Amino acid sequence: MLNYIIRRMLYAIPILIGVNLITFTLFFVVNTPDDMARMQLGIKRVTPEAIEKWKHERGYDKPLMLNDSEEGVGKFTHTIFFEKSAAMFAFDFGRADDGRDIAHEIKSRMLPSLAIALPVFLLGLIVYITFALVMAFFRATYVDFWGVVLCVALMSISSLFYIIGGQFLISKLWHLVPISGYSSGLDTGKFLVLPVIIGIISSTGASTRWYRTIFLEEMSKDYVRTARAKGLPESIVLFRHVLRNAMIPILTGAVVVIPLLFLGSLIAESFFGIPGLGSYTIDAISSQDFAVVRAMVFLGSLLYIVGLILTDISYTLVDPRIRLE
Amino acid sequence: MKAPFKYLLALLVALLTACSDQPWNSPYPATNAGKNILYSAFAERPKHLDPVQSYSSNEILLTAQIYEPPLQYHYLKRPYTLIPGTVTRMPVAQYLDKNGANLPSDVDTAKIAYTIYEISIKPGIRFQPHPAFARGELGKFLYHNLTAEDLVGVYKLSDFSRTDTRELTAEDYVYEIKRLAHPRLHSPILGLMSDYIVGLKEYSATLKAASEVQPGQQDNHAYLDLRDYPLEGAQIVDTYTYRIKIKGKYPQFMYWLAMPFFAPIPWEAERFYTQQGLAEKNITLDWYPVGTGPYMLTENDPNRVMILEKNPNFHGESYPSEGMPRDEQAGLLQDAGKPLPFIDQVIFSRDKESIPRWNKFLQGYYDASGIGSDSFDQAVQVTGQGEATVTEAMKAQGIRLETEVATSTYYMGFNMLDPVVGGLSKSSRKLRQAISIAVDYEEYVSIFANGRGIPAQGPIAPGISGHRDGRDGINPVVYDWLQERPQRKSIAVAKVLLAEAGYPNGMDAKTGAPLVLYFDVTSRGADDKSSLDWMRKQFQKLNIQLVVRSTDYNRFQDKIRKGNAQIFEWGWNADYPDPENFLILLSGAERKVDNDGQNASNYDNPEYNQLFEQMKNMEDSPERQQIIDRMVKILRNDAPWLWGYHPKDYGLYHAWYSNVKPNKLSNNNIKYYRIDGGVREQKQREWNEPVLWPAVVGLLVLFGSLVPAMVAYRRRERSMGTRDASKSVGVSEAGDA
Repeated sequence: MLNYIIRRMLYAIPILIGVNLITFTLFFVVNTPDDMARMQLGIKRVTPEAIEKWKHERGYDKPLMLNDSEEGVGKFTHTIFFEKSAAMFAFDFGRADDGRDIAHEIKSRMLPSLAIALPVFLLGLIVYITFALVMAFFRATYVDFWGVVLCVALMSISSLFYIIGGQFLISKLWHLVPISGYSSGLDTGKFLVLPVIIGIISSTGASTRWYRTIFLEEMSKDYVRTARAKGLPESIVLFRHVLRNAMIPILTGAVVVIPLLFLGSLIAESFFGIPGLGSYTIDAISSQDFAVVRAMVFLGSLLYIVGLILTDISYTLVDPRIRLE
Repeated sequence: MKAPFKYLLALLVALLTACSDQPWNSPYPATNAGKNILYSAFAERPKHLDPVQSYSSNEILLTAQIYEPPLQYHYLKRPYTLIPGTVTRMPVAQYLDKNGANLPSDVDTAKIAYTIYEISIKPGIRFQPHPAFARGELGKFLYHNLTAEDLVGVYKLSDFSRTDTRELTAEDYVYEIKRLAHPRLHSPILGLMSDYIVGLKEYSATLKAASEVQPGQQDNHAYLDLRDYPLEGAQIVDTYTYRIKIKGKYPQFMYWLAMPFFAPIPWEAERFYTQQGLAEKNITLDWYPVGTGPYMLTENDPNRVMILEKNPNFHGESYPSEGMPRDEQAGLLQDAGKPLPFIDQVIFSRDKESIPRWNKFLQGYYDASGIGSDSFDQAVQVTGQGEATVTEAMKAQGIRLETEVATSTYYMGFNMLDPVVGGLSKSSRKLRQAISIAVDYEEYVSIFANGRGIPAQGPIAPGISGHRDGRDGINPVVYDWLQERPQRKSIAVAKVLLAEAGYPNGMDAKTGAPLVLYFDVTSRGADDKSSLDWMRKQFQKLNIQLVVRSTDYNRFQDKIRKGNAQIFEWGWNADYPDPENFLILLSGAERKVDNDGQNASNYDNPEYNQLFEQMKNMEDSPERQQIIDRMVKILRNDAPWLWGYHPKDYGLYHAWYSNVKPNKLSNNNIKYYRIDGGVREQKQREWNEPVLWPAVVGLLVLFGSLVPAMVAYRRRERSMGTRDASKSVGVSEAGDA
């Protein structure tokens, strides 16, 4: 298995280089280093000298990908792309355009992102699987029918509507929790209730239907018929046999997202005033801060790759027939 | 009862007690109850808090409370008046000829080679407590030679256990002026000030050279002690006096002395912050200011909250005793002579989205709010007399509205380099005049700005000297004075002008082709479609086809810089209350193309340029007003802009928030504000009683729905069991047979 993991890690390197290249190209198609300088220095009274100075200090005064004024390898290494990318592979994310240390920001913002994403993930998993099992148990009855209708209805509503509607009902009309905000102390809980509830509800439709499909597929298999034929109660059939055998597709969907939980949610964090990584990414995009954008895309890709490796490893845990070679 | 359970019970009781005093939806900790705190919000995180670099309004909101430039604006007086800040008296300009000989104050401007401002500060002013000043027993600075070991466990400024202070001296002001040219800093006014402060341009080169030979300069950890490098234009006279020498005459320089760019910075602070390891922890002067003002920044988490607290070393200042005639009636002089500041702490919470921000204001958790277009109808109604006031719902909450015309202008510019709409020929001028009449800014303000603006008659905003009101102030090219108010000329007049310009009925008289003009705008969402459609209709009144060219902001700026736009929208906020700050926007020397200045229209009229040069160095006087009138007349006739409108700022304030007088130019206003925390808490409780029945009903429905599910489950289990049993019986019977 170790060989497999090492091989997968090595595969990750070209993938990360590719992602980095695409991010770089897309970003600089839209923004030039001059634009970035102007964004940071403001609109009023910005002189061309100030722009040149800003670019020089941050290494944006070099050619993007090919430096014709250099010889040999220098043609490629003395470029913005190489200089900005090479350090990132050593996890040196550098500084944001406003001078703040990106690694420090990522560290401090990871916890608020996790504070929402983790409960949404864990509680959500319990809720979706429970609803899906109930619907599967009552398959082809009115419970199943109306459950599916409800799921489709929930899926059809924009997540923004859940956020604004939830804030309006729970915070504005009923005054139960704060509309937005975050605290790192004992008060954290009251700020998390609403985003967590909304996070779970907004994904209920899609996730429940997905798990229901998995359970129904499992329930149509021979071993379930055998279990029933043995006279096992339906609850035992569902929880001991169907659920356990449905773990592989569940793990496929669940484990892969675990590392991504660190990255938080782009929209929810903005609306609920959570100082997490999702909100950091949005800020960076709007302020054309390439250093942060590339760091977050790199981190996202890396975590996704880690998620996929973890998924593969988890297969071996739930299904002894699978061997990673 | 066992001890652990006792403690647990006590903790629960304590938590419940703490919670009971405060509404459940309060975003603030219970420990804030009863404190004299101002609650405010910010949407965008500040980029710079170093006074030499910060220029945005959201940054100056913070720096202006912390740093004290030598001068400030009178809080209540209008027009805006400069008064001493930390200085003993207002500096008086002393003029010198090129040989350094004194000149009388009424000397011809052409003879003035230099102006000297000698500035004396009050003794006894002290900096806020800061670790940069902390000294050990032997008098050595404790934190000026930090090692990596010293920084273990240090994550923010407050992690340094020792702080100290020292007295403010003239050297601190001179140090900051020198910092304008610091090679590692980006001061937005360096270019401008290099033209005025004697030797600043050369000083910049000197510092750059000095910095390059310093060890450690590559990673920005070398401390460049500016005290070792003298600057001719900023010199220390004695402990409390310094002298600024500028080239020629520049009366507007006094306004710059009221901005944080000229606030004092102690060398110890820069020495402290340049140490290796601090910037990696985001501990920099750009994020932890060191000032002498009424407040100091004690928590800086720009992602969540920024907290200002009263500076215990603040030298003291009194609330103004005089203001405008209506100020007394408005209760703005009730605190006259009382010591400032009134508020102990200011908490700025980050709320990026307008909906939560607005709702928190209505719940009483923010003390003031602006008004977005979404909430305008909910907040404001216009009376029969056209006066804006709060709606009944707001009135019932005790919310009041304060309005003020901003010292800003939003205009539509013509690129004067464009072959169709540009130039100073008679035909192009008439074309621009025709369009000026056709685009109805009264309607625009009414529809798209909810009436929050005044159609502009020229470039100078109201409240700025040089601006004229009433009949004398109208733009005769676009308006007639009828029934004691300006009346936009009819579209027929515009059509005549258009025909004279060579485009009868919107067709080119020479080619017969329809006149097509291009309007460059920044990328807009669906919300702006209506305003762009409206603009097309305005041009359509003259049968001119307007093509909207939408692009992202970067490309838009690029087009303006290169002179590739034809018609565009832009705006300007005044830096200081002088007409020069608006009229410079149309000075030929400031053209964007070639000169990269502030004149986005690239307007270049020699007569105007000459008058501008004459006017800019004059003190306010009837002669100056005459020149300004002449300049504005030239502009109205040439019409390089559609003058657009001056926006009106609307602010909502809760009943417990007093001493508020909107002031767009001075930013150090928090020290004047007053909060009645008792009323606020009472209202917060009243407005935020938790409504529990929906939660109870929700739980009942949830549990209620479980009952039939359980029943159905048991029935199903039983039926399956029965079916299985009967099947088993059937099988055995068959077997037997």
